Amino acid sequence: MTTSEAPLSAPLDIGFDYTRSLGPTLSRFVTGLAGRRILGARSSDGRVHVPPPEYDPVTGAPLTELVEVAHTGTVTTWCRQPKPLAGQPLEHSFAWALVLLDGAATPMLHAVDAERVHTGMRVRARWAASSGNGIRDIACFGPIDDEPAVEPHDAEDVTMITTPVHLSYQHSASPEESRYLRGLAEGKLLGQRCPACEKVYLPPRGACPTDGVPTEEEVELPDHGIVTTFCIVNVPFLGQRIKPPYVAAYILLDGADIAFLHLVLGCAADEVRMGMRVEAAWKPRAAWGTTLENIDHFRPTGEPDAPYEAYARHL
Amino acid sequence: MSSDSPEVAIVSFAQAPNVRATHGTTNGVEMLVPIIREALAGAQLSKRDIGFWCSGSSDYLAGRAFSFIAAVDAIGAFPPINESHVEADAAWALYEAWVKIRTGEVDTALVYGFGKSSAGELRRVLAMQLDPYLVGPLWPDSVSVAGLQARLGIDGGLWSEHAMAEVAARSRAANPDAQVHERVTAEELLRRPYVADPLRAHDCAPITDGAAVVVLAAADRARELIARPAVITGIEHRVESSHLTARNLATSPSTVAAAKAAGADGITLAELHAPFTHQEILLRQALGLGDEVTVNPSGGALAGNPMFAAGLARIGEAATRVMAGAADRALAHATSGPALQQNLVCVLKGGD
Amino acid sequence: MKQRAAVLGVGQTHHRSKRLDVTMAGLCREAVDRALEDAGLSFADIDAVVLGKAPDLFEGVMMPELVLADAIGATGKPLLRVHTAGSVGGSTANVAASLVHGGVHARVLAVAFEKQSESNAMWALSIMPPFHMPVGAGAGGYFAPHVRSYIRRSGAPDHIGALVAVKDRRNGARNPYAHLRQADITLESVQASAMLWDPIRYDETCPSSDGACAIVLGDERAAAGRTVAWLHATAMRTEPTTFAGRDQVNPQAGRDAAAALWRQAGITDPLSQVDAAEIYVPFSWFEPMWLENLGFVEEGQGWKLTEAGETELGGRLPVNPSGGVLSSNPIGASGMLRFGEAAMQVMGRAGDHQVDGARIALGHAYGGGSQYFSMWVVGAEKP
Repeated sequence: MTTSEAPLSAPLDIGFDYTRSLGPTLSRFVTGLAGRRILGARSSDGRVHVPPPEYDPVTGAPLTELVEVAHTGTVTTWCRQPKPLAGQPLEHSFAWALVLLDGAATPMLHAVDAERVHTGMRVRARWAASSGNGIRDIACFGPIDDEPAVEPHDAEDVTMITTPVHLSYQHSASPEESRYLRGLAEGKLLGQRCPACEKVYLPPRGACPTDGVPTEEEVELPDHGIVTTFCIVNVPFLGQRIKPPYVAAYILLDGADIAFLHLVLGCAADEVRMGMRVEAAWKPRAAWGTTLENIDHFRPTGEPDAPYEAYARHL
Repeated sequence: MSSDSPEVAIVSFAQAPNVRATHGTTNGVEMLVPIIREALAGAQLSKRDIGFWCSGSSDYLAGRAFSFIAAVDAIGAFPPINESHVEADAAWALYEAWVKIRTGEVDTALVYGFGKSSAGELRRVLAMQLDPYLVGPLWPDSVSVAGLQARLGIDGGLWSEHAMAEVAARSRAANPDAQVHERVTAEELLRRPYVADPLRAHDCAPITDGAAVVVLAAADRARELIARPAVITGIEHRVESSHLTARNLATSPSTVAAAKAAGADGITLAELHAPFTHQEILLRQALGLGDEVTVNPSGGALAGNPMFAAGLARIGEAATRVMAGAADRALAHATSGPALQQNLVCVLKGGD
Repeated sequence: MKQRAAVLGVGQTHHRSKRLDVTMAGLCREAVDRALEDAGLSFADIDAVVLGKAPDLFEGVMMPELVLADAIGATGKPLLRVHTAGSVGGSTANVAASLVHGGVHARVLAVAFEKQSESNAMWALSIMPPFHMPVGAGAGGYFAPHVRSYIRRSGAPDHIGALVAVKDRRNGARNPYAHLRQADITLESVQASAMLWDPIRYDETCPSSDGACAIVLGDERAAAGRTVAWLHATAMRTEPTTFAGRDQVNPQAGRDAAAALWRQAGITDPLSQVDAAEIYVPFSWFEPMWLENLGFVEEGQGWKLTEAGETELGGRLPVNPSGGVLSSNPIGASGMLRFGEAAMQVMGRAGDHQVDGARIALGHAYGGGSQYFSMWVVGAEKP
């Protein structure tokens, strides 16, 4: 039994630059910003909202009447951001604020760059160096007397914006998974047996999927087994880490009750068969970590294929 | 509402210890396995007796698409089960289960919610709930949005930093089993620094990993299972405008509407899902809860805030006290979205 | 005790690989407006809204129903968000149906959408957390080995998958909303297309689409005096993704859901009694697999029905007259499109892809690792 240590964890970063089409109403707003104009939409009750909602907040009707409002306005509430988080408008302490622009009936949310902010403060938009980035064309707001007035100008239509989203997580493996991964780091394939149904799982699940109980009994498995079924991956895709074409196969180790997905190499892709007997081809020991990738791939052993009945109920 | 549909009652509640961080995974299995067992035992049911399963969780909290799928392993879902999932606090999963029992298709349901907030940077993750075109790209985090709402009320004379600190002091002292338990006065709390002026650390719910389970049954069945089920006499929810700044953030019209529709009168105990101190005051005002109403004896979200389970836990906590005979008529509230955009109210009464 | 429920109207968008002319709100609204018009109703008539979509990661918005509330007429009303992976469009319709069956609301709007072009579907489906072997190659890579298993178990000839692709794409050409509309596709052209995840070819694979679907459901009173599609049965079942002895080709959860469905609908011989079936076929081989899983034919016999042309528009059991998922796949909406298209059939509103005289139709959706199943039977007559 491997020692019980804290479960393994590793960073998981998810990022994508989302490309967003703006539709007719938001395009006009964003194009306005590109030309240093701020537009609002008049809703069914006559109120001008900035930014313009596409659909009325009360009736849901599409809002198409856009009116220009001033670059200046009044802070109606604020909240200090002493240490800005990634992606926020400024990198030094600033205040979030709802700013009621002159000409609008409801405020807009943005940042105010000032050491001291108060409700009722008069502010003016500060424009970014570049344009066409939607709400970020306004870099922030600043005290009305400190920010220069900027004249609007014509701008080419903007119909799309890109909004990068990057989030960082710390991924944790379960205690069962951690024991299995630490086993791999020592060149062992540790399956786990469910106390209720006695099936052996490799990799382990958080609990036995049919009984809902933790699987704690370790069973060391050999590094050979059979291919139950497989496909040949030809298609490249974003984020892919193995170069196609490659055989992705379900490997049922001798003694295991579920199969797991891995690579098959060591023969032509079209020679791989259901029932083919395979063995692990490990990477050099020095390259091992807490991962199934310690096994570089599975290769045919050359033995006769397993009969269909041996794996038919694993399909 | 049809009068032919059966009344629904809560027969048991279990929750995982609320902690700052578990070693467990974001799919919640480790937290769920023991409490599913506990909740079933409390209802004298086995998993085979459950007619419908429903859960609430969030992919973005976990940082994984389909993160709820692995949670199903905690159930032992074979033979296959009748099951659904909402991408929202499990209070809404409880609502879906309530509806299911009212159709008459099933007479028992198990609802669960889970969240491992410690995996990511929660306040930043929640910025993803904002309008992705014109608000989200600024990354206004959830604490800052709450701070804007808090100051609106302070400026408007609806509450004060002192009143907020009193809520915090009361919540922190309420429950020795909660994640946060501290005996402290409001004055002491006010001496602590701001984290996001006007908010101090005590004004914000802690980061919590946790999970909760509630078992429901049609009222007749419920009375066969336990002596005093908590009967749901009304459960309603409403959502407000997507346009954050078009809303009146100092009040909660959706909570008022939901409470009215649910028939929230004669309440003696309320569990309010308020991750910020000012929001408890705001909700109290909106619901017209006087000083005679006991609010958040559990400590509420301010004492432990397992995301996507906290609203369900409010219902469970209220139900527990009704089932124990400590309250006759209780209200539980759950919220979702930025600055109380969506709200659910559940009214419970003791059903002997 | 259970109230009767009916589909009052169905709407959908023009599905395309990129709908760059609209926001997510605009996309949903297009389907919602069409559904309300089809039902002859307005937002004021709707009591509650249920929205469904697949992982939030696709669009990079957490719980987008919150930002869509105004657009979909949910503001001030109850709003629910369902997420059951690929079956979500179907589950969403089932949840909306429950609200009516349970006597909670008289008229409910169900909406499902996906705007996949905001990111990249294969990227979103292939993100592997740490400690996982990065062998997965999207949905196609996941299902291809199980398709191979089906072929082996059933002894089906190689060309069956291509037959389905030809049929569904040609059907899509009759559907003005479909993403792929390929009237000229042939068996030869499909078999000549690139092998993506052997044994699944390019032309046997669903597209990645932006699209939305909306359905208006009502109770008996709301249905009075109208042409509607009555709900005869609904069913949902789930099983774990992986467990010892799991049948990945003919999952128990699907079989159980179908059995419960037919029982509820009073159908004893689905092949004879069902006039049209919209089933979730994102990779062409799933047609014969699901025909067996649903109990239309015995295990191993599904491909024979396809080969004999019985699943064509004029056949014994037209499958996917709309063109199905193979022609349009906005993932979150695809399940609801199946349910909605089934309703359109029995309402006689399927236009050029109408199955003559369709009185009973099936809508089916699946999701995850073939582990979530949701389905309904609708009929022209009150049940």
